[in-house]
Amino acid sequence: MNLALDLLTIVAVSLGALFFLAGTVGLLRFPDTLTRLHALTKADNLGLGLVVLGLLPQVSAPLAALGLIAVWLLAMLSGATVGQLLAGAARPPDPDRAEMPARDAVSSHD
Amino acid sequence: MNGPTLFGLCGAALVGLGLYGLLCQPGALRKILSFNLIGSGVFLLFGVIAKRGGGALSAAGLGVDGDPVPQALIITGLVVAFAATSIAVALLLRLAETSGRSTLESDGPRAPSPPGDQASAPERAS
Amino acid sequence: MTRYPVMTSALVVDAALVLLVLGLALWVTSTRAAYSAVVGFVAYGLLMAIVWVRLAAVDVAMTEAALGTGLTGLLLLGAAARLAPYEAAEVNGRPGRWLRLLIGLLCAAIALGLAAVVLMLPDPAPTLAPLVAENLPPTGVGNPVTGVLLAHRAIDTLLESVVLVPALIGVWSVAADPAWGGRPGSLPRPRSSSALTLLAQVLPPFGILIGIHLVWNGADDPGGKFQGATVLAAMWILVLIAGLREPPAVRDRRLRVLLVIGALVFIGIGVAGIWLADAFLAYPEGYAKPLILAIEAVLTLSIAATLGLLLAGPPASDHPSGGLYESKKSG
Repeated sequence: MNLALDLLTIVAVSLGALFFLAGTVGLLRFPDTLTRLHALTKADNLGLGLVVLGLLPQVSAPLAALGLIAVWLLAMLSGATVGQLLAGAARPPDPDRAEMPARDAVSSHD
Repeated sequence: MNGPTLFGLCGAALVGLGLYGLLCQPGALRKILSFNLIGSGVFLLFGVIAKRGGGALSAAGLGVDGDPVPQALIITGLVVAFAATSIAVALLLRLAETSGRSTLESDGPRAPSPPGDQASAPERAS
Repeated sequence: MTRYPVMTSALVVDAALVLLVLGLALWVTSTRAAYSAVVGFVAYGLLMAIVWVRLAAVDVAMTEAALGTGLTGLLLLGAAARLAPYEAAEVNGRPGRWLRLLIGLLCAAIALGLAAVVLMLPDPAPTLAPLVAENLPPTGVGNPVTGVLLAHRAIDTLLESVVLVPALIGVWSVAADPAWGGRPGSLPRPRSSSALTLLAQVLPPFGILIGIHLVWNGADDPGGKFQGATVLAAMWILVLIAGLREPPAVRDRRLRVLLVIGALVFIGIGVAGIWLADAFLAYPEGYAKPLILAIEAVLTLSIAATLGLLLAGPPASDHPSGGLYESKKSG
């Protein structure tokens, strides 16, 4: 049983790391802002989710497991919001938004 | 070579890099950033000393992993560094607002005066 | 040493971390645009937080991530966005090539000197940790860093929480004369966006919970009032940036009381210690833990308010965006 849980940890964390790697490659190689954002948020949501899933069997107290899940949920919430804000800031055709990107980016780094 | 020593060398390099940026970058915001790098390097040296002190202890089985006294000092330093940075940024924004410049030359746009002394003055507190 | 292979693989991770940190520091000092330098600085700070964990300083890691990276990053990003119009003129002020070379050599010499000091540190490292471990039980606190901050080196902590107030006075005092007493106006105000508004409505309850959790847990586990106060301040700033609330006017008397109450309670309990425990800032026998908790609670509120206001900047005229260009007085 213990071995199975350890295996789950190894597999899930490795998969999560793989997603982070893929997301980073995408962030560097994709052609425009929106696709890069897609790569970034994928890495955040799935990669972090898999890492958290892998770490769950290893925690000693149930409260710590709750904390890990909370970290994942909060990261997803902020990731989704930041994605929205950056996408809004990067949208080119709207002329009266031309000077906004910097400010939107500022607010998203909260 | 072990981990703490490696981080100590990193801290030394950070101080050097930050000092170079502080002296060579003309923009005052870049000077503030560089000054924060110097501070960060100094904190890192503190942290390495804290870790070494704790390492001697955990080897003796006392179960402490780092010397808490330098660690508490680093936290104090981080807070003071933030306060100093916020003053520096406020001064800089006001300077840009009143004079239309974001550098620290005394007069004329091309005076190659040694930059840095005014930038660091409000930050010395850290 | 039986753990030798483990040590080496940890050393590889440490070396990779150091390379990343140094690479980002190089980026921060040398990249062309100030805005990208600040972005690099934020990434640098997050990596530094990992370095602190590697150095067994989790309390410091939290402070670095929250304060040194989060709040400082927001402050500097805002400044970089505002200063972007002036940046093109900065290139003129760069020192000449030979001067830069000389400065680089001298800085390298300083770095090498520090590196030599690091390599020559005495080997049974001098430490105060046994003293702290010995004297921790009487304070009733389980986290040694909190114990040091609030019991053994309380005078430092007192000065540190006091020093935030002059810093805030300093920030406020660069305001233009007509704006004095008004609302702070340095926070970025993006055009209202539904995603940001949603985040500012959903996140603060959790953020406040996490802040209180950090302060409460700080007694026994990593965490403490600075980390908790930073999270609280961040939640406040988020609400202000989303435009759900206006920052309070600087002349507001309740606000000023809030700013100093933490330090006042700390000093009050400290002075009471002269009679009750025979020393300034000493706690009477058996009451150390409740007194430390009381001080932490009040200080947290004051520190959170001060940090938030430091970010919010000097008072501008009534409209937040009108602050920057409204008064062109020659100094």
